[in-house]
Amino acid sequence: MSDMSPAVLLTNTGVPMKAQLRRIERVSQLKSLALILPLLLFLIVTFMLPIAAMLRQSVSNPEVVRVMPATLQALKHWNGKTMPDEATSRALLSDLTRAGGDGYALAAAGKRLNMEIAGYRSLVMKTVRHLPEERAAPSARAALLTVDDRWGDPAYWHAIARNASPTTPFYLLASLDHNVNDQGEVVHSEPDRAIYLDVFARTFGMSLVVTLVCVLLGFPVAYLLATLPTRKSNLLMILVLLPFWTSVLVRVAAWIVLLQSGGLINSALIGLGLTREPLELVFNRTGVYISMVHILLPFMILPIYSVMRGISPSYMRAAISLGSHPILSFWRVYFPQTVAGLAAGGLLVFILSIGYYITPALLGGPKDQMVSYFVAFYTNTTVNWGMATSLGTLLLLATLILYAVYNRLIGANRLQLG
Amino acid sequence: MSQIETDAPIVSFRNVQKSYDGDALIVKNLNLDIRRGEFLTLLGPSGSGKTTSLMILAGFEEPSSGDIVLEGRSLNRVPPHKRDIGMVFQNYALFPHLTVEENLAFPLKVRKLDSLTIRSKVARALSMIELDKYAHRYPAQLSGGQQQRVALARALVFEPKLVLMDEPLGALDKQLREHMQIEIKHIHKQLGVTVVYVTHDQSEALTMSDRVAVFHDGEIRQIDTPLGLYEHPRSSFVANFIGENNQLNGTLLQRHGETCEIQLPYGERVTARATNIGEVGGAVSVSIRPERVLINGASHDSSNRFNGRIQEFIYLGDHVRIRMEVCGNPDFIVKMPINQLDTHLREDDVVPLGWSVEHARALDPI
Repeated sequence: MSDMSPAVLLTNTGVPMKAQLRRIERVSQLKSLALILPLLLFLIVTFMLPIAAMLRQSVSNPEVVRVMPATLQALKHWNGKTMPDEATSRALLSDLTRAGGDGYALAAAGKRLNMEIAGYRSLVMKTVRHLPEERAAPSARAALLTVDDRWGDPAYWHAIARNASPTTPFYLLASLDHNVNDQGEVVHSEPDRAIYLDVFARTFGMSLVVTLVCVLLGFPVAYLLATLPTRKSNLLMILVLLPFWTSVLVRVAAWIVLLQSGGLINSALIGLGLTREPLELVFNRTGVYISMVHILLPFMILPIYSVMRGISPSYMRAAISLGSHPILSFWRVYFPQTVAGLAAGGLLVFILSIGYYITPALLGGPKDQMVSYFVAFYTNTTVNWGMATSLGTLLLLATLILYAVYNRLIGANRLQLG
Repeated sequence: MSQIETDAPIVSFRNVQKSYDGDALIVKNLNLDIRRGEFLTLLGPSGSGKTTSLMILAGFEEPSSGDIVLEGRSLNRVPPHKRDIGMVFQNYALFPHLTVEENLAFPLKVRKLDSLTIRSKVARALSMIELDKYAHRYPAQLSGGQQQRVALARALVFEPKLVLMDEPLGALDKQLREHMQIEIKHIHKQLGVTVVYVTHDQSEALTMSDRVAVFHDGEIRQIDTPLGLYEHPRSSFVANFIGENNQLNGTLLQRHGETCEIQLPYGERVTARATNIGEVGGAVSVSIRPERVLINGASHDSSNRFNGRIQEFIYLGDHVRIRMEVCGNPDFIVKMPINQLDTHLREDDVVPLGWSVEHARALDPI
């Protein structure tokens, strides 16, 4: 038909067809990009940047480097076994003298070192206060020892040496109950500081319980929603969504009123003679579970419901017509098709649960606090950004791992389903 | 027990009624015998009660009153999973999380057959539908026609006495549907299983069935072979629902045994077979199939002769449909094979036409 080489297809105007198509595609891509640009900017500013800042903060360690550059330089040649030499001591004295003018930086460094060894902050402050008198001393070593004989202990110098880098795994390790010892090995923290693994275990355990209870309560409701006639299911749907219309804080407060020892539920139980003493339903684990399940249940019901809605009732009928008992049919044919929804709901509830703060804080006892409580504690009470952000980073990591697992399990399953 | 007679019905509906709200009957007093080994189609427009009747037979709906008898045993108290009736659904209802092989094995595993038997039966079913290579695919990886074949095989693999099909070809395109119609018919012949088939597509019903039951408003209007339904409809509804039909409305003038004379609004008289008529003077509608109408010279010997004005030619390749105005009916269709068409005919020509008495039926008025 054509004498021309088939390799390059040209448009009527002589432009290669491929280039033309690419241009058209690029224009349409630019258009769609322009449409999402405002949202994208919003997300970058309010979501991505804070997360990046949090990740950075969790390993950031500028305080000691800023105040004691000369000391750190001198400590590089230290054998680590005895008190450092005269030069190092002099370096420390000159660092502290220079830093004396910047009280804020000095306080920050003191606070940072105090995390390594309790009492370090006062040691630094005491040394700075006594500096003017000791300055003329012939031996800087002797001068330091005169101010406080703790300077004779290599552990205090190790603490400075460990902070030679502007980044540190200290907070992340501490969040996992580990620290770096004087020999540079990663070891378990002392029992009185090792609380976070327990907190993480508690957080995941409580989230798991909440998720399981939500599955048990939510699955039948989702099934009802998906199978009832439209009018009834609409009414039921409103009931399911009702909790969304009230603030979490209001609902938590309402639970306190309902559950407390003189509250509605206990009065009713005592009134009915079911119990003599009021049950302890609030300011303990029970109260946290009740309230969290109540708040999170819709997040379980909705994904399951949306999957169930897509399952034609003819599957069950087909299974029954093939001779399978209705209950077995449900288990073998209907249930496997809801797994995607169950997994999505479970993941959603679990991820929301591990970040829960306000409910355990208000309805739980001291033994019921989850990781977020400590994040809030370090942010608001002790202003320890390192610990707050590294706990947050670990929570984020747990969420991402869960999501990856979900994607692998359910994503692969999806592939099978076509 | 004595051997069951071969022409004894396998299933009987006896005075079956079904109502959902207590006000309206979806199925009105259904009496139907399904013969062993036959291909019976329940045909009707949507809402005529055909699918409800099928669901009652499958056990997914309960009759409000009446009995269903399968091989002499009342089915009313038998739950659907114990009825041993295969079923093919419109959307196939293949289990999406199981492979083709597992889908076919499902009814056999439920019946606790040993794995060797299951494997050989599944293999046989797969080769019957020529999908051996697809045993390990999931339903979503198959085309619509392949899914349909798997659904068919799954309903047959456990050798049920009866297979129900609820508009199984509704989702397929025309060509595939026609192909599957023949394939299902062949499988039916080959296995000798009794099939009850529901459809609203009359050509599908005519193609496949041994007998067709035409449903309308919850009743069976006529049950007959495809030929009987097409050539001898007993009511205007059936005449219009099955195939194409020309209708002329008039009043009954007189009756002579098998035939009768009808007067049309403009005074013309038609003689027709008296199939379903009332008293003299009552309204009657005459029904003539388009392919039975003869035009021009060919109509010379017809006993009913009229003039018609050609309105339109509709060319369909193998035949031409000529829309004419005849006896006041502006949509009178004449169907003519292409090789019999007089090419000199033009629109607005007035031509003589006619039909014989045996091809005109006087039926109830609509």
